[in-house]
Amino acid sequence: MGVMKRLTSIVQAKANKVMDRVEDPRETLDLSYEKQLEQLQQVRRGVAEVATARKRIELQATQLQQSAAKLQDQARQALGQNREDLAREALSRRATIGTQLEGLKSQHDQLVAQQDRLTATLQTLEARVQAFRTQKETLKASYTAAQAQTNIGEAVAGISESMSDTGMAMQRAQDKIAQMQARAGAIDELMASGALTDLSGSTDPLQAELDKTSQSNQVDLELAQLKGQLGGGTPTSSLPAGSGTEDADTGPNGETAQAELVADTPGSDETAQPASQTAATGAADTTGAAGAPPAEGQGGEGEADEGLFSLDGDGAQQ
Amino acid sequence: MIVRILGGGQYELADSTASELETLDAKLNKALENGDEAEFAGALSQLIDKVRTSGSPVDPGRFIPSELTVPHEGSTLAEVRELLNSADSGEPGEA
Repeated sequence: MGVMKRLTSIVQAKANKVMDRVEDPRETLDLSYEKQLEQLQQVRRGVAEVATARKRIELQATQLQQSAAKLQDQARQALGQNREDLAREALSRRATIGTQLEGLKSQHDQLVAQQDRLTATLQTLEARVQAFRTQKETLKASYTAAQAQTNIGEAVAGISESMSDTGMAMQRAQDKIAQMQARAGAIDELMASGALTDLSGSTDPLQAELDKTSQSNQVDLELAQLKGQLGGGTPTSSLPAGSGTEDADTGPNGETAQAELVADTPGSDETAQPASQTAATGAADTTGAAGAPPAEGQGGEGEADEGLFSLDGDGAQQ
Repeated sequence: MIVRILGGGQYELADSTASELETLDAKLNKALENGDEAEFAGALSQLIDKVRTSGSPVDPGRFIPSELTVPHEGSTLAEVRELLNSADSGEPGEA
């Protein structure tokens, strides 16, 4: 048997279940009217639920975008400190976010489609309930006539079928929401575990290392500056070891390269600056690193859906 | 002939379209049996297009049972399979 015939019997079987307790068609009419009103409420709630689910996905995508932007920033920072390992880690987390965003996009598309269909279902249902309200009294009044009985039978079958269909549409929407929630939950867990978040979590050893390197670089830099001021700018070979930077002992030129890599802010490449100004630049760099990503993320919030679900969306911010 | 697209309302089609619908239905059925996702999606959207373009929407105020039922637009093969199996098992569509 074809798919369409089989589906018809299934829908009818479900429709009969909706109505099977009632024998008197006049009662059936009242009952189906009540059920239709109930269903109308359910569909209204369903539309709201789908919309909420969609919002949650959009919010999550925004959060992921913020993390991605921050990781990108941290990768750049790590490279500036010659910490390719950290940069690699940051970029690999960022790539994971890209995969998650793709998954979110497909679910977002499905939810949008569900919302559209459910809204259309709601509109049809409203029209139906309205029409049925006026028809049912007429049908009841003429119930005794044999002809009317056939009509009632057919009308009731049509109503039950339509209710059964609406029930299935609701079920579908709820399935999509459940799928979405499962994925959203999984992403939340990933975020909580730190696998998708930026490296700046206080408990993150990678960020701790990054901070340490950054701090010791800062100290090297300031020390070199001070020495430069005092001794005419040459002896820097006595700098503390373990900073991971070899260019500290190359004198002012080395400092220039260092400052450019680390700070990457205007003015920092001016080696002739007094130490206090360099320190200020360094501080500005720190706040810049902490302050910039949220701002970038907010930019992402206002973006169209397409940008929300791809890492390329923040390409312009690089 | 009244045809329902699940979640998409009812359409009234001329009886002369029956054979064309049957051909598309057979295609859909075959894809379902073979588990051919792409073929299934293609056949389903063809079937839905056919119903929409050849039929006229039934007035929502008219209450009449359908002769044929088409799966929801955008259904996956697995979803339709589950729906077809729901006859003897659970009641996913019950209101």
